[in-house]
Amino acid sequence: MTNRRVVVVGASAAGLATAEALRRFGHDGPLVLIGEETHPPYDRPPLSKQLLSGAWHPDKLALTGVGDLELRLGAEAIELDVDARQVRLDDGSRVGYDDLVVATGARARRLPGTDGIGGVHVLRTLDDALALREALTAKPHLLVVGGGFVGAEAAAVARELGCPVTLVTDIAQPMGDVLGTELGAMLAGLHREHGVVVHTGAAVEEIVHERGRASGVRVKGGTTLEAGLILVGIGAQPNVEWLGGSGLTLGNGVECDETLYAGHGVWAAGDVASWPDPRTGVRHRIEHRTNAGEQGIAVARNLLAGRAAATAFTTVPYVWSDQYDRKIQIYGSTRGADDIRVVEGSTGEGRLIALYAKNGVVSAAVGINMIRALRGYRALVADAAPWTSVIEGAA
Amino acid sequence: MEITVEEDKCVGAGQCVLVAPEVFDQRDDDGIVILLDARPPAAQHDATRQAAQVCPAAAILVRG
Ligand SMILES: Cc1cc2nc3c(=O)[nH]c(=O)nc-3n(C[C@H](O)[C@H](O)[C@H](O)COP(=O)(O)OP(=O)(O)OC[C@H]3O[C@@H](n4cnc5c(N)ncnc54)[C@H](O)[C@@H]3O)c2cc1C
Ligand code: SF4
Repeated sequence: MTNRRVVVVGASAAGLATAEALRRFGHDGPLVLIGEETHPPYDRPPLSKQLLSGAWHPDKLALTGVGDLELRLGAEAIELDVDARQVRLDDGSRVGYDDLVVATGARARRLPGTDGIGGVHVLRTLDDALALREALTAKPHLLVVGGGFVGAEAAAVARELGCPVTLVTDIAQPMGDVLGTELGAMLAGLHREHGVVVHTGAAVEEIVHERGRASGVRVKGGTTLEAGLILVGIGAQPNVEWLGGSGLTLGNGVECDETLYAGHGVWAAGDVASWPDPRTGVRHRIEHRTNAGEQGIAVARNLLAGRAAATAFTTVPYVWSDQYDRKIQIYGSTRGADDIRVVEGSTGEGRLIALYAKNGVVSAAVGINMIRALRGYRALVADAAPWTSVIEGAA
Repeated sequence: MEITVEEDKCVGAGQCVLVAPEVFDQRDDDGIVILLDARPPAAQHDATRQAAQVCPAAAILVRG
């Protein structure tokens, strides 16, 4: 088993975690890591935080730790042939494998019709972040489209750099779809306190441009909001196109079984992977840094164990976000919650812990600036504790 | 085995504490990692490597 040739496509968090774990668990055969980006592997979360603010040099984002592998950077996989067990690269060469791991992650979603218009940015890669940072040095008016974490973090950084900032989201509160209206409103308030103009419930219909440069956005209803620099932060989509026609099941990501096996000798990990929760059967695809590492480790273990001995991947999802002096941390899944209770602190204090319920059990725990205390609530999420026990305990 | 942590990278995720509670802890106030044992005994090596790998901030360096 161990002299099998393992090829990992995607040289970022999930791909590197897989490679590192393969070596740690005793794989001593050939190991190839293929990545489209030309930069040595780096970590993405600081891109919208310390890298964008200028506090950190790009070198500090380096992901290291795996020796003894064949790293092929600047190489895009463009086709998969599962019968021949070969990956075709953009330079026409073919790479054969015994086992393949797909870790091609996701890319930023763009607004249609914005190609080639100056002053319109997305934030997914190191090059994106460096370009945005450069554009911010002239202290332009930044308009962020989208109410997700990445856009909100960039808005906070731009304010700290002294730029006028407008945040436009089509939902009722920025991050409200994830955090609920109460916490979303608290964070919207935080951004307003820091001078961000927040427009909620406003769907951006198009980017307005003059002579090839963006000058603002038009929102539904016809209003135009002016800004010289636009960051489109409307989420990410999985990089699966290169797998089209391969025979793998592609939906919202590479559809795997419970063990992250996608069929035909192929496994998947990280932002690109979709798998059914063994408890509920519901498919998930998680775009979090911790998940990428955990799935990489799980794939390495399962791949080496063989399919018959592979075990289901289970996780308590964890994600964090830094905005101004607030650290938001989430265990579990907050979306579609039936009930939300603040159990420690309060929105007024700016520090709190809130529990989220879905289908009668605790589905998530969210902390704002209550870092160590929050860890104590993780078990409630991991064990899917009955909601009644929680609210009775709190009452 | 020798461990170092980069405190300024740590995001207080506490994943290291979940995996290797005898080697890592977190400060009460800001949740930043505390290295309890920079040269953990052999029995802790696997857990320590695993902790370094699940740290979402890549803040834990393991040598040896
Ligand atoms: C700005 C920003 C801030 C974030 N902040 C946080 C945070 O605070 N907390 C958190 O938990 N998560 C955060 N995330 C999410 C986290 O970074 C991702 O979940 C994580 O990077 C996923 O890792 P991955 O390896 O699965 O995918 P990716 O990081 O997307 O990496 C995939 C790699 O595969 C390469 N690739 C794609 N297609 C091909 C191909 N055909 N051939 C070869 N290579 C290919 C890509 O170039 C890329 O390098 C943030 C993300 C961004 C963009
Ligand atoms: S896992 Fe990493 S980020 Fe989290 S507390 Fe430990 S060192 Fe810090």
